[in-house]
Amino acid sequence: MTRPDIIAVAREQVLERGVGLEEAQVLDVLRLPDARVDDALALAHEVRMRWCGPAVEVEGIVSIKTGGCPEDCHFCSQSGRFETPVRAVRLDIPALVQAARETAATGATEFCLVAAVRGPDERLMEQVRAAVAAIQAEVPINIACSLGILTRAQAEGLAQLGVHRYNHNLETARSYFAQVVTTHTWEERFATLELVRELGMEVCCGGIVGMGETLEQRAEFAGQLAMLEPDEVPLNFLDPRPGTPFGELSAIQTKDALRTIAAFRLALPRTILRFAGGRELTLGDIGTRAGVLGGINAMIVGNYLTTLGRDPREDLELLDDLSMPIKALAETI
Amino acid sequence: MPTFCDGCGRAHAEGDHERCRRRRATTDPPRFCESCGRKLVVQVLPLGWTARCVRCGPVPGVSR
Repeated sequence: MTRPDIIAVAREQVLERGVGLEEAQVLDVLRLPDARVDDALALAHEVRMRWCGPAVEVEGIVSIKTGGCPEDCHFCSQSGRFETPVRAVRLDIPALVQAARETAATGATEFCLVAAVRGPDERLMEQVRAAVAAIQAEVPINIACSLGILTRAQAEGLAQLGVHRYNHNLETARSYFAQVVTTHTWEERFATLELVRELGMEVCCGGIVGMGETLEQRAEFAGQLAMLEPDEVPLNFLDPRPGTPFGELSAIQTKDALRTIAAFRLALPRTILRFAGGRELTLGDIGTRAGVLGGINAMIVGNYLTTLGRDPREDLELLDDLSMPIKALAETI
Repeated sequence: MPTFCDGCGRAHAEGDHERCRRRRATTDPPRFCESCGRKLVVQVLPLGWTARCVRCGPVPGVSR
């Protein structure tokens, strides 16, 4: 018997009923031939418009503690275990407030403080408390944090500070995680995400595609994210960093990246699906536009943690050109 | 011409630096001091970056 066309199935299931694709269905999308990618993107865009609306959420991120991380995430130039060009540095509070102010001026409603750590120690928590208070006093923007694995007390502390959203990426499929990280487990990350939700912060959880995972594992990852039901999924494409174990991998092809965007949107019809790192390398200008017209409804604008992104004006002009409004602060709370 | 490549830290005269140039033109701030070849202390910010060499001092940064 002939299998039904996955685009037709998704149109009825995801677009009409709002039920995300399951893992096996996601795999069908990831296996679509190049000639069908535009169909998948067009449907993903319809799904995003129907279930999320036209607004695009804009975010800036900043590293408050760079490098010297004890973990061995094989994609990361900030691990102290690899010989990379990144040196350890911390960002002081005045510079951080200035960065928040500049980020808010782009129209961004989220500002994420990120630290390269397994989890925060008391010194880092103190830095975060001071940073959050200083930003809240001066800049109208939601504050998110990404500080690794949390204890309950730390998660409670962040929630009490008014941290709006907490990012902790599962990074890849559970079945592939041990090929990416050996110093902690997928389950440890998942436990932090459960704590974050329990304590009332929004859950931000995504990962990186193109780290050598199979299409089956990419579909597995989408299915695992869908079960988690995060408020936001940041979608990164591997930018192979010199000196890391994944430094000699090739960036994934543009069509594969676009297929992935469409597949993840069809698995997660109501989630904020954010363009994150690697899009400059993998998608370029044309692919970025195709992604925003293919299911993406959020962007990190400006630079990343250790690498540079597009000029925010280019992204904002693109959204204006596509008549996609930037989500206002009042809509995010 | 600077002595060292600010992308990989090796002398310009040593090897091919095409990949370093590509990275510097697209996604990377300087990573190494062009004068002494040491790793720079780099802080990437949402709209710019700062860099300094512990021996030679600040590297002119970029702010958008």
